[in-house]
Amino acid sequence: MNIKMIARIIGYILFVEVALMLPAFAISIFMHEAAAMKGFIYAIVIALIVGALLCLFAKNAKRDRFYAREGMATTGISWIAMSLVGAVPFYVSKEIPSFIDAFFEIVSGFTTTGSSILLEVESMSKGLLFWRSFSHWIGGMGVLVFLMAIVSLGKKNQGFSLHILRAESPGPSVGKIVPRIKQTAAILYVLYIVLTVVDIAFLLLGGMNLFEACCIAFGTAGTGGFGVKNDSLASYSPYIQTVTTIFMFLFSVNFSIYYMIVLRRFKEVIRDEEFHLFLGMIMVSITLITWNVLPMFSSLKEAVHHVAFTVGTVMSTTGYATVDFDQWPSFAKSILFILMMIGACAGSTGGGMKQVRILLLLKKIRQNIHKSLHPSEVKSILVNGRAMDEGIIDNTTSYLIAYAIIVILSFIIISLDGFDLETNVSAIIATFNNIGPGFAKVGATCNFAAFSPVSKLVMCFDMLAGRLEIFPMLLLLSRSTWKRAR
Amino acid sequence: MNILIAGAGKVGKTIANELSDEGHDITIIDSNSKVLEEAISKYDVIGVVGNSASKDVLEEANVQNMDIFIAATSADEVNLLSTITAHSLNENIHTIARIRNPEYAKQAYDMRDVFSLSLVVNPEKQTAMEIARLLKYPGFLKRETFAKARVEIVELKVLEDSILNNVKLMHLQNTVNARVLVCAVTRNGESYIPDGNFVLEKGDRIYVTGETQQLHTMLTNIGIITMPVKHAIITGGGKITYYLAEELHRSNIATSIIEYDEELCETLASKLPFATVIRGDVSDRAVLDGEEIDGYDAFVSLTGMDELNIVTSLYAHTNGVPQVVTKLGRGEAPDLIGNMPIGSVVCPKELCTMHIVRYVRAIQNSKGAALTIHRIAEGNVEAIEFEVDKDTKHINEPLKNTKTKDNVLIVSIRHGTKVSIGGGDATYDVGDSVIVVAQKNAAIHTLNDIFEE
Repeated sequence: MNIKMIARIIGYILFVEVALMLPAFAISIFMHEAAAMKGFIYAIVIALIVGALLCLFAKNAKRDRFYAREGMATTGISWIAMSLVGAVPFYVSKEIPSFIDAFFEIVSGFTTTGSSILLEVESMSKGLLFWRSFSHWIGGMGVLVFLMAIVSLGKKNQGFSLHILRAESPGPSVGKIVPRIKQTAAILYVLYIVLTVVDIAFLLLGGMNLFEACCIAFGTAGTGGFGVKNDSLASYSPYIQTVTTIFMFLFSVNFSIYYMIVLRRFKEVIRDEEFHLFLGMIMVSITLITWNVLPMFSSLKEAVHHVAFTVGTVMSTTGYATVDFDQWPSFAKSILFILMMIGACAGSTGGGMKQVRILLLLKKIRQNIHKSLHPSEVKSILVNGRAMDEGIIDNTTSYLIAYAIIVILSFIIISLDGFDLETNVSAIIATFNNIGPGFAKVGATCNFAAFSPVSKLVMCFDMLAGRLEIFPMLLLLSRSTWKRAR
Repeated sequence: MNILIAGAGKVGKTIANELSDEGHDITIIDSNSKVLEEAISKYDVIGVVGNSASKDVLEEANVQNMDIFIAATSADEVNLLSTITAHSLNENIHTIARIRNPEYAKQAYDMRDVFSLSLVVNPEKQTAMEIARLLKYPGFLKRETFAKARVEIVELKVLEDSILNNVKLMHLQNTVNARVLVCAVTRNGESYIPDGNFVLEKGDRIYVTGETQQLHTMLTNIGIITMPVKHAIITGGGKITYYLAEELHRSNIATSIIEYDEELCETLASKLPFATVIRGDVSDRAVLDGEEIDGYDAFVSLTGMDELNIVTSLYAHTNGVPQVVTKLGRGEAPDLIGNMPIGSVVCPKELCTMHIVRYVRAIQNSKGAALTIHRIAEGNVEAIEFEVDKDTKHINEPLKNTKTKDNVLIVSIRHGTKVSIGGGDATYDVGDSVIVVAQKNAAIHTLNDIFEE
């Protein structure tokens, strides 16, 4: 394990985090929020010192020995380090008095989960509220991808940073969209920034003030879900809710599709099978849920409006709410629960298992059925007309198994807190898939404050594992990762 | 530039790495996704899985926007079809194909318009030519040419009884009585770019620049006997052997070839009637002894197995064959092999790669990039040739008045047909070609990069 190179990248990440903290810091200066300012100063000083020490330690790091495991370890550790520093402002300002709560809150931010331990957000200082929402935006596309867009990590132009891109970006087969990793990262961020700015503009047109428009847009872009009001998005106008619905769907689409659109390669966009599955799932779920909840609303239009929003918030794994969907009948809730686990498309900012994994699994099942009918048939799994590598399918199945094991273990641990089954299951599903609210006691109108510190740490792990697609986090726990350390 | 490479084999990958380092955007096509995956995770390039001769795959790889297409798959036929297809999809593209089969090599060159080829590269033939060049002027371990072949860098080893031993470099020209310059020295695995106070020791491998004629004078004066090679023996009967035997025959060097495969022996015997073809296993010493290899004045090991080549070359060296050439297919770990007494090492893939890279540089040359780059001193030092253009600094200023970076040395300046080697009074003008030697990590991309800011 190339510890020094990992240390150097983490040092860089902390510097980047300092830079990213500056807007929120500026807001707290501007609003004269003394406690928040103190919090930010502590965090910035800590990050700078630790970052400088790490860079000093890594002075003569070997830049060439960097493989997939280093990429994964870097990603896992970076996210933990970032969250530890990111939690400092909340803790030092005493707006979240317990460090574990502050850590939970910022992990929930960076992983774009949106689960909160705060009972009440409206009284929070503006700087910290901004930092909380901005963490969604940073975590959505990934801070390492951001780092790659601005500096070359490798010696000259070596491709090893691809391992980091793979570890940080969601999806079973992450690739570059242009030959240079730096350009790939830059294109992703440009698309991300443009979409976010358009979202902010639409929100401003709806009469929202700039601060709230930014916060809500960050939450939408990162598919996070932290709001700035206690009732999430319920008190905003239907226009703003509709804009947010549309953008939640837009941000759950694979970003390479937007790049294809920019390049006018529409043919590839139209025949993208994951996109088909995603659209189909949206239509079917909206239809079924609307049919189920229609009696609860005054008109079909209103029902469709709220159902579309809820389906969007769940599929994109955002976690905003306009209605308390916990009150809906259990058929609607069951569909939402399934959608929570499936999540968004690969290569988007959303979480969950990802549409393409479901696609691969469905095709794998079909292949196995075919196999039992024609035992010697040779059939390959095609996605977008191309045969999928066995490795990718293997990876998908092992992902699912790891997913199930972690969910079950976490579920058992948090059951110690004594809540009901629905709360526990949905809390784990909601954090692991980076959604935010679950059902029952962690439903859209409730929060995660009541859990014990141990449960909160378990859920922090789940959020990180969910965002980084399990393996980078599992790797950190594996003994053999550290055994070879030189 | 945007460059598309077909084939992620050793050559394809090395070209990708070199060109990516020089700032080009590289896309690689390969039908084997595992091989491709390896290339992508190692170098900053993008990959497309598929057959490079297929129109769909080429379109997916965005051939329409490419400037150069390099076909380096293992199959000549695929390479030719690929370049034709690529050219029909984008008529402004430069196409380069690696053609290895001797049966196609000539026609590919003659019919390059039909195949839409800008450059045909034949690594085996190139290797044979390189070896022939070494054998025609024996005594050097390695020769690299610059400046339209007027200037060369050659590699020598300082032996214990050599007059070079304990010579201070500022006295070198008097000692060897030739206008030459030592531009790099490898000692105990470390590479140096020496100044005038550097003293040579036994065991040093030195890299000497000069005009070809001057280098020969030096060789004679330091007592390395350059008896012309009369009898060469080659182990292995592959494509390189075929080209080499033909070339040596042209220079009146008698050739014996040892090959194990009976069928191949017969083919060689029928195609090379002037050569002595012996059927035998070269890993068996009795075969080499039976051929009395100590009676030959050159030994060339060209079998397909690197290990076998190293061992047989060692054996030839111990038996006192004066000129030994070893072919290494993989060409890895030059630092480990560099100190073995296996004579000159040639690597076909490296030669092929450098040839293609040089061609790409020539296409791009408008930006003051290097004309030629040779890696010397086990790859730690680069000898780079630039052409002076009007943007170059310090035109017509004596070199002693300029300040170059540490570990960078201007070794020669060619002005028309006149070549000057070293010396602080030398100047250059627009159109001259300048050869610079620098440590590999010095990041010299244009001539102006050598000067201190």
